[in-house]
Amino acid sequence: MLELIEQFNVLNAFWVTIKLAFFSAILALILGTIMAIFRLSPVGVLQRFGAAYVTIFRNTPLTLIILLCSLGLWGQLGFEPASRDSDTFIVDLNFRLAIIGLAVYHAAFVCEAIRSGVNTIPLGQAEASRSLGLGFLQGLREIILPQAFRGAITPLGNVLIALIKNTTVAVAIGVTEAAYALRNMMEFRPDVFLLNFLVIAIGFVILTLPTGLFISWASQKWVVRR
Amino acid sequence: MSAQQVLFDAPGPKAVARYRILAAAGIALLIGILGFIGFRMYQKGQLTAEKWSPFIDPNTWTNYYIPGFLDTIQAAAIAIVMSMIFGLMLAMGRMSDIKPVKWIFTAWVEFFRAVPVLIMMIFTFYYLSNSDWSPDNWNPFIGVIAGLVLYNSAVIGEIIRNGVQSLPNGQREAGLAVGLSPSKTRRLILVPQALTSMLPTLVSQVIVVLKDTALGYIILYPELLTRARQLGSAEANVLPAYIVAAVLFIVINYGLSRLAEYVENRQRAKNEGAAKKPNVNTAVPTEGGGATGQVPGTVG
Amino acid sequence: MKRATFRLAGVLAASSLALAACGSDDGESDEAGSSEASGDGVTIGIKFDQPGLGLKSGEDYSGMDVDTAIAVAEELGYSEDQITWKESPSAQRETLLETGQVDMIFATYSITDERKEKVQFAGPYFVAGQDLLVSADSDIASLDDLDGKLLCSVTGSTSAQNVKDEIPGVQLQEYGTYSECVSQLANGTIDALTTDDTILAGYAAQDQYSGQLKVVGAPFSEEMYGVGLPKDSEQCVEINEIVAGFWEDGTMETIIEDNLGAADYTANPDLNPPADMGGHCG
Repeated sequence: MLELIEQFNVLNAFWVTIKLAFFSAILALILGTIMAIFRLSPVGVLQRFGAAYVTIFRNTPLTLIILLCSLGLWGQLGFEPASRDSDTFIVDLNFRLAIIGLAVYHAAFVCEAIRSGVNTIPLGQAEASRSLGLGFLQGLREIILPQAFRGAITPLGNVLIALIKNTTVAVAIGVTEAAYALRNMMEFRPDVFLLNFLVIAIGFVILTLPTGLFISWASQKWVVRR
Repeated sequence: MSAQQVLFDAPGPKAVARYRILAAAGIALLIGILGFIGFRMYQKGQLTAEKWSPFIDPNTWTNYYIPGFLDTIQAAAIAIVMSMIFGLMLAMGRMSDIKPVKWIFTAWVEFFRAVPVLIMMIFTFYYLSNSDWSPDNWNPFIGVIAGLVLYNSAVIGEIIRNGVQSLPNGQREAGLAVGLSPSKTRRLILVPQALTSMLPTLVSQVIVVLKDTALGYIILYPELLTRARQLGSAEANVLPAYIVAAVLFIVINYGLSRLAEYVENRQRAKNEGAAKKPNVNTAVPTEGGGATGQVPGTVG
Repeated sequence: MKRATFRLAGVLAASSLALAACGSDDGESDEAGSSEASGDGVTIGIKFDQPGLGLKSGEDYSGMDVDTAIAVAEELGYSEDQITWKESPSAQRETLLETGQVDMIFATYSITDERKEKVQFAGPYFVAGQDLLVSADSDIASLDDLDGKLLCSVTGSTSAQNVKDEIPGVQLQEYGTYSECVSQLANGTIDALTTDDTILAGYAAQDQYSGQLKVVGAPFSEEMYGVGLPKDSEQCVEINEIVAGFWEDGTMETIIEDNLGAADYTANPDLNPPADMGGHCG
């Protein structure tokens, strides 16, 4: 088993998976929060923009989004977030394009999770913030969003777990993460097929199970007691 | 009414002016982005008639999109039916009174919720390709179904179990009081109630499955995305072919999500009319590692 | 109820398999109703999505493999409307032959020892080589010019591996299929694409890409395209003679010119006509 892990660089592959998940999670959280603010805002155009964003990206398969990042964003729009001079240009580029695809897709789910968090806040909180004279953004920043995030820990955590697993789709544009490693292993070492699968599968269990435990602990600890 | 409607006051004249400016800025930004995309596509020759004219040719639809759509639907339908059956079995096993049975099923469910669908598809596909027990041209199909069912049965099993747990305790007690065994109580009283109230969640799960069939692209199952790629190859319009496929997916899934909302509202109305019954959809499982069905969770 | 549940599961599992059966059938064979073709017609496996080689558009089939198949079938006594075409993706070709779903396959089918254990090959009717496709104004003229350039290929491609071994400085972009690569090549995002030169020429010859792409013409391998036949077929020797005849009377040159001529592609004269014709029967 160790020999298998060494031969196919499984640890490296999982390191790529972790990096993909980490960066796209941060990006998705930022983008999703912005979309949630749009949807909550008093400006009709922004509300509709947020709603359209969620509808479009939640209903498109991730495979397609990631492919379009490579074929459209890079190929057509010429967006090239890596240096052509670098020896690892393609590797860096695909890695970053995959992060963008993952972030854009999961931001739609983050947006919905935050909205569900907002729904856990009693009406009185928003009314109190208005009666104190806080404006929309002030109220959002001081009163609503802090409580919304705490109320949305479980759905946000579920998005994070889904995101960790969805990094596998980056294989569609050739990012050498865990699914890529498994494909190579199945191709070149079919004799130990079950071991191949278990090595990769257990890797994901190791990544997601503690995340899940942490989330349920965190949602208990930071729940807003009312 | 929720907090969302009371986050801001009714705007006064100054606020109205400010909102107008924001709205105009938003529209300008959007037009700018779309304009840039359109301009770059034009520059790169993606907006020419020959790239888009195939879409008004009926052959494009009868040869590529419709067969692809049917294969997508077929895989999704089979996967969802099998997932429900196995999900029911997994939920039963996990609620069993026999400890070892319970442990085995718990481990099974947690394991398969933690492993990505694509990993299971790739494994099944390559395993079958290296073994002789199935005809090769079935491998992509079986791979897609196996991946979807292994994962979604575990998720649906959890949805059912959570539904059972969120039922009022009196239901179980009443069952035991009339002399039913604990397992009979579950089968005859608890699970049927959980099943009816999880209908909306199941419809959302169909969307998840439908999107996940697109992973079949990676193991060459001839679903919508694969067919779009073939069209792109034949007509030299890869990007337009994918864009049309994306629009198709969005329309189908949007329709389904509206259906899920409709079912949910109808059920809520019914529940409010009858007795106060906890809605399964509010029960979010917190323990364990996986994502729940209805939450974004299950993405692909 | 538990027993009932299990029985239901069994029934549904069985019916879903049945569904799968008809599903994958009508997915692949639009008009191949008779899977065990023989008697009056012949069922021929081709690629449906390979421009210039085997392409289905509407009810029309075109390409070098298609035209070769029609010509061979004619010599065997079948008119064109007696041919039933069946899609033969690379991974399924041996199965299609072994299970008798097709009578013969013309689908860029390279002769290899591994495949010969399962099927037999007539021909080779053509010898191709792995080469590079570049944009028309590119100055890439051979493998050596690829250093530091972006090369595109499909995942697990032997051709890309060959290049990578030769030129370690090349950067490799992998997609699921060549069509994505061609699209990226046409808009100038990547520098080159590698696979069999016939496939490359097929893309370059597409109307939509006319004048934009060119095949470099420095092949670095030999791919012998054979006619795939089931082990029990007795037509192998006959087809060898037919194909040899096509090379003598110029039929093959005409077919190649008709389908790939738009890309200025001609058969590599060092390798064609194929030398060891007929060594692959039985």
